[in-house]
Amino acid sequence: MKRLMSGNAALGEAAILSGCDAYFGYPITPQNELTEHMAKRMPEVGGVFIQSESEIAAINMVLGAAAVGARAMTSSSGPGISLKQEGISYLVADELPAVVVNMVRGGPGMGNISPAQSDYFQATRGGGHGDYRTVVLAPGSVQELTEIVPLAFDLADKYRNPVMILGDGMLGQMMEPIDFDTLVKPADYPKEYLLTGAEGRCARSIYSLIFDTKLQEEHNWKLHRKFQLMEENETRWEAHLIDDAEMIVVAYGIGARIAKGAIKRLRDEGLKVGMIRPITLWPFPGKVLRDLAKSVNNFFVFEMSTGQMVEDVKLSLEGKGQIHFYGRPGGVVPMPIELYRIISRHMLQAQAGKRKKR
Amino acid sequence: MKTVYKRPSLLKEASFHYCPGCGHGIINRLLMEVLEEMDLGAKAVCVAPAGCGMLLYNYFEIDVIESAHGRGAAVATGIKRCRPDNLVFSYQGDGDLAAIGTAEGFHAANRGENITVIFVNNGVYGMTGGQMAPTTLLDQVTTTTPLGRASDLAGHPVRICEVFAQLDGTSYLERCAVNKPAAVVKTKKAIRKAFQRQVEGCGFSLVEILSPCPTSWHMDTMESCKWVDEVMAKQFPLGVVKEVPCS
Repeated sequence: MKRLMSGNAALGEAAILSGCDAYFGYPITPQNELTEHMAKRMPEVGGVFIQSESEIAAINMVLGAAAVGARAMTSSSGPGISLKQEGISYLVADELPAVVVNMVRGGPGMGNISPAQSDYFQATRGGGHGDYRTVVLAPGSVQELTEIVPLAFDLADKYRNPVMILGDGMLGQMMEPIDFDTLVKPADYPKEYLLTGAEGRCARSIYSLIFDTKLQEEHNWKLHRKFQLMEENETRWEAHLIDDAEMIVVAYGIGARIAKGAIKRLRDEGLKVGMIRPITLWPFPGKVLRDLAKSVNNFFVFEMSTGQMVEDVKLSLEGKGQIHFYGRPGGVVPMPIELYRIISRHMLQAQAGKRKKR
Repeated sequence: MKTVYKRPSLLKEASFHYCPGCGHGIINRLLMEVLEEMDLGAKAVCVAPAGCGMLLYNYFEIDVIESAHGRGAAVATGIKRCRPDNLVFSYQGDGDLAAIGTAEGFHAANRGENITVIFVNNGVYGMTGGQMAPTTLLDQVTTTTPLGRASDLAGHPVRICEVFAQLDGTSYLERCAVNKPAAVVKTKKAIRKAFQRQVEGCGFSLVEILSPCPTSWHMDTMESCKWVDEVMAKQFPLGVVKEVPCS
């Protein structure tokens, strides 16, 4: 049965159905419906809910909960995620699982509460201090958002690493009919690191202070090998109308949804445009772009920022192909028709340039 | 033959890294003595701080998690809410609890979290080399108050117990010291009472312990022990600051 829910509330419900034991949050728009949903539902399912005194406290409560085996989650938006970065770095260093949600709003600074994609760098480069990565999942619809939640918890447990769900204000606020029936609760992993009291076993400890530089280096390489495994096994993307495409749009999240609308119009006009939508922003699906560059010359990157993912596209293409970019930062959400006009102009100019060269 | 003194079974056979005359070693030992006597070692989870106390896992034969600087009470909250049957305590210094972690400590106290905070007050940032702490006394010379702490520029020493006493969520707050045998005995009693109250579900408890730091105070051991009584305890009066009946 389908239920009409906001993305934020649907995410919360999906977390509960995924076995989330503990949620810690601090109010910030545009993700409040998620915190409010958890406030109502967690007591009903015997879970832990705390409205913390700050985002810093929330992420550290998550760390404590994860250390004793809870499936723990916190959520926020840009400015609050900046505060959580301290704890995310510790979670990675301590190899503790957690899910962190960022419903991105316009920034930098206080910015505004409108949808944006300006936290891409922060999310995909680790964000906090030290040498680390987190898997970043970027759903493109409310339904996909609910499907990505159990995956996020699973990946967190599988790799003992925090996982970030990167949405935006629109995805969090918009209401869509959601089907939870297909949601599968992630498996339980054996956790021999939990601090549940040293009953019948030796005492355990969880820490990230490693004075010995050689041991710290080895720890960093160990984490790095995990990140390599994530790159090998967890890269996800959606290919849309790429078989005959002469131009590939690269867009993610709600940006990809806008681009899909634009592509429909472009196709109606006979312009062969397809799309690669990264679902994992890290690991980034660079190989699929590299492979496409063998037959496609034009890549059009659309982001609701001044251009962040475009750098990953450039890195992925290794100098091949022509990269076009269109960005709308600051919380502006363009209509598909605007993107259609821009893409068609770039495409026609690219075609004209190609003819001239001949 | 009667055993009158031994290493508590919960204290590992490792040498403390603490400076000569430092109070941390005594406090570490007291904690493990109390847990052993109360038979709570297998249930205990300790949250270690950033600061001189951060290597507790090298000494304690109980589960220990390191916390980021100041976040001990938040980490302890996460643990206790998910595992209410464990005995959960954070071990925090004055910079940790009274400066960078004020919000986390204050709100855990205000929520009445059923945890215990062991608050080691030595009036300086020991680990980083003796900078001013929120608890540094007025006129006290530190590396960042070379002319002595001046209230107009650097504020006043913070009395955490008295501040927390204002919060309805706190159940038991006592200030002790470890500068002489009688004070050590009192500190042990206070720790025991705090843990007992947590077991009974009474809510937030905190034991503040005035602890000598001869290295950063630039005093010898005997002088610093005297200084705790003669100077420090004037600003931080010893005794029970708050004890409410356990409901």
